[in-house]
Amino acid sequence: MTAILDIVRSIDDPELPHVTIGDLGMVRKVALDGRIAHIRITPTYTGCPATEQIRADVEAAVVAAGYEPNVEFEMAPPWSTDDISTEGRAKLRAAGIAPPAPAGDGPVTLDLPVECPQCGSRRTRLTSAFGATACKALHMCAACRQPFESFKAI
Amino acid sequence: MTTELLNHVLRQGDRALVLSHRLAQWITHAPSLEEDMALANISLDLLGQTRHLYTYAGELEGEGNDEDYFAYWRDAAAFRNPLLVEQPNGDFAVTIARQVFHDHAALLYWESMTESADVTLGALAARARNETAFHLQHSTGWLVRLGDGTDESHRRAQAGVDALWPYTSELLDADDEGELRSSGLIGKPIETAWHEAVADTLLNAGLHAPIDAEQCAGGIHGVHSEHLEPLLHEMQHLARAHPGASW
Repeated sequence: MTAILDIVRSIDDPELPHVTIGDLGMVRKVALDGRIAHIRITPTYTGCPATEQIRADVEAAVVAAGYEPNVEFEMAPPWSTDDISTEGRAKLRAAGIAPPAPAGDGPVTLDLPVECPQCGSRRTRLTSAFGATACKALHMCAACRQPFESFKAI
Repeated sequence: MTTELLNHVLRQGDRALVLSHRLAQWITHAPSLEEDMALANISLDLLGQTRHLYTYAGELEGEGNDEDYFAYWRDAAAFRNPLLVEQPNGDFAVTIARQVFHDHAALLYWESMTESADVTLGALAARARNETAFHLQHSTGWLVRLGDGTDESHRRAQAGVDALWPYTSELLDADDEGELRSSGLIGKPIETAWHEAVADTLLNAGLHAPIDAEQCAGGIHGVHSEHLEPLLHEMQHLARAHPGASW
């Protein structure tokens, strides 16, 4: 049981290979019923094109572990960047992606300048709220003069 | 009641899909690389919302139709999107004005739907609301910069607002969904809040709504402008030329 949970949680996110779907808080439930593994995953963004790839990766890993996969996507409650683990945040920062600020229940705000993951300065500005994937924004650091990405708080 | 709910879900799905396609038409034509990515991201979010809405429409309809059926195999008269989202992109200011009108309505709509008695729509609304908040931040930010920018950008932004204002009333509360509202399946009316929010954005941008503009409607009942059919032809031709193809 623990083994299959660890296997599912350790699958890399297809678009953010530095973190796993477990780090991102996408694995909601893993339950064994004989040889069948029931797995509930919550998608991040509704339009995230990685969703189908994640399903295929989970199914392949479960089959390789000797179980029959039954993967379901769960919409409610909605995924939030608050579900990303402390370890996941550290991995994002190490990969040069600023981890998200707390999202909470209220409307999305971008008041505090994001901390540069390269030099730690807060003298940064948002250059675009939309980056190379649905979950990231683009920033510029005035201290080290490098562009960087952040994970949007949602 | 299921028929009314199906019609409502299709209106929302068609709105999101047609606007998604319009925004996708900007890719490689936007004023900057960042803006190409921004419009593509917003388009992708709308497409994601569409897929959930169409999948749910298929369940409500109960005839085995999937998301691809609703996107590719219906003709213009079956589409229920408001006229605003099918209007041509125009210049960048026209597109931004369209997004401001749409995004204010979409955010209020999804906020109201988080309290829907329908579990599927309520769960989708909680996600879509957060995504739409980013879209609104983007479109209002641009409208203020254009309206409060140079003489030329102000002129174009006002022209965009004037051109699209006649299509705004249809974005708000449909007059044939009272039963859905009284049974708690759809949320509270958004019209008053929309007018307040849009007036605030226009004020910040130094722009104004046209006075005495006639309103056009019909899209949510399947009566469309001449602009929808060419859009659908472009979007549907590949699926129709190769039925059942996959890759």
